[in-house]
Amino acid sequence: MLQLTGVTYRYAGYAKPVLHDVDLRLEDGEIVGLVGPNEAGKSTLCLVASGLAPASIGGDLKGSLTLDGTPAAGLRTHELAARVVVGFQNPNTQRSGIAATVFEEIALGPMNLGLPVAETVARTHEAIARLRLEPLVERDPQRLSGGQAQLVGIASLLAMRPRHVILDEPTAQLDPAGTRLVGEALRALAEAGTSLLIAEHKTDLLDGLCGRVVVIDGGRIVMDGPTATVFDDPRLHELGVEPPARARLARALVDRGLERSMVTAALAQGLGA
Amino acid sequence: MTAPDAILETRALVHVYPGGTRAVDGVDLVIRRGERVAIVGQNGSGKTTLVRHFNGLLRPTEGRVFVDGVDAAGRRVAALAATVGLAFQDPDRQIFAARVRSEVAFGPRNLGRTGAKLDRAIDDALVATGLDGEAATNPYDLGYSRRKLLALASILAMNTPVVVLDEPTTGQDARGVARIQRVVAELSDAARTVVAISHDMRFVAESFARVVVMGAGTILMDGTPAEVFAEPSWPILASTYLEPPLAARVGARLGLGATPTEAGLVETLANRSSGILPT
Repeated sequence: MLQLTGVTYRYAGYAKPVLHDVDLRLEDGEIVGLVGPNEAGKSTLCLVASGLAPASIGGDLKGSLTLDGTPAAGLRTHELAARVVVGFQNPNTQRSGIAATVFEEIALGPMNLGLPVAETVARTHEAIARLRLEPLVERDPQRLSGGQAQLVGIASLLAMRPRHVILDEPTAQLDPAGTRLVGEALRALAEAGTSLLIAEHKTDLLDGLCGRVVVIDGGRIVMDGPTATVFDDPRLHELGVEPPARARLARALVDRGLERSMVTAALAQGLGA
Repeated sequence: MTAPDAILETRALVHVYPGGTRAVDGVDLVIRRGERVAIVGQNGSGKTTLVRHFNGLLRPTEGRVFVDGVDAAGRRVAALAATVGLAFQDPDRQIFAARVRSEVAFGPRNLGRTGAKLDRAIDDALVATGLDGEAATNPYDLGYSRRKLLALASILAMNTPVVVLDEPTTGQDARGVARIQRVVAELSDAARTVVAISHDMRFVAESFARVVVMGAGTILMDGTPAEVFAEPSWPILASTYLEPPLAARVGARLGLGATPTEAGLVETLANRSSGILPT
């Protein structure tokens, strides 16, 4: 269980907080989607929920983050990393810069957890297979396309088998197949008991993955509920969040004067549901 | 001679990276003046490598590249940059200035613009990207999505005849995507050529007149969104791990023909609702 209680956070050197009074609780095995317009505070919430802010980047935090009941404030960096792992928006930020091959890059995470070599190698192979990265294992991590780098970043974090995962736009640079593979990998992690918070603009991905979606605007949580309820809420579009295609098409057809029941039936048939 | 009206042309272009990755493997492509072309394909299919030849950031291993009718081999990046502006996928590899305005000024100033002309180019680019209120801001105080818009503004300000955008909608919310769609439309209205790499099939279908599909360094398909996203093309899209936009899939399943855009699907469906909807 990962819990934020009454969190207000201000970056070092800034007068105003970016997050205001945020309460958020992730149960074990739960996948929660985080959406909101640009600069609503999604990335900052990811930094705070992963314990990097303020521990690594400074700033001022009011309220608390607890991981399985332990306050994060008292944990050392390596203890924190063993409990919660964060995936950044830009894979170039994620890359260690010290590994010569993709295999070594992915192995770094479990190795740093102090796992035996055999276990490290097994986990690395598993993460590689999960995201079908076999053709890239010998490649230099600096010489990957944007999407390939993002997949390698996610494989690195899968290999750590973290208790809690915070992801900031994990599929921003991925093609639809890569996006689907990542979705399946994250679902498998959750089934093994990991809790996940995923900030994404791709609401279509969250629609099929999350049981619950949280909407943030102006640094405050403004909606928190079951995925379908949140994504069908007309306020979403007004906030600047693109609803999933299914909800968007339904709204457009109803606005065009078609009856809702007919629209639902047509879309169900059209989507093969 | 290059094809008539060709602004960009590659002939049997091959690019092999040090280490042996054959990223582009024999591409013949003609892009005509004023076209709006989207390049799609799976991660690692050679899209970025291809477009980096257009402004000389990469040079062919084999084959030739012509920019505005002239072989790019004899021209320096600085000369090509006056014709082709390229906004990077990762804005942080492009941004270096301490203020938004000076970042945007760098390109046009290098092209020799000064005074009122320079100011106008900067102002127009900042307005187009919605950054006009941030001229004095440090680029790193902007979030990722607005740093991407800043990278776009820097290219727009150069007023190049060709604008190449590498994954422009990445990380953008609904308003950001709409803004980029407006920028593409305005460039097109001004008869400038727009080439964009994208995984966002809805953006591709709505904002581009031509779609080039890449797989394993080659061109698999080249046509209008209606052609490329029509049902017979789906196996080719699938071979490079792409899916047609949802509107195209729904339209095909309901027997409405090619409906690559949501607006088109809604219109068709609304007009024919009595006949096709299940009761």
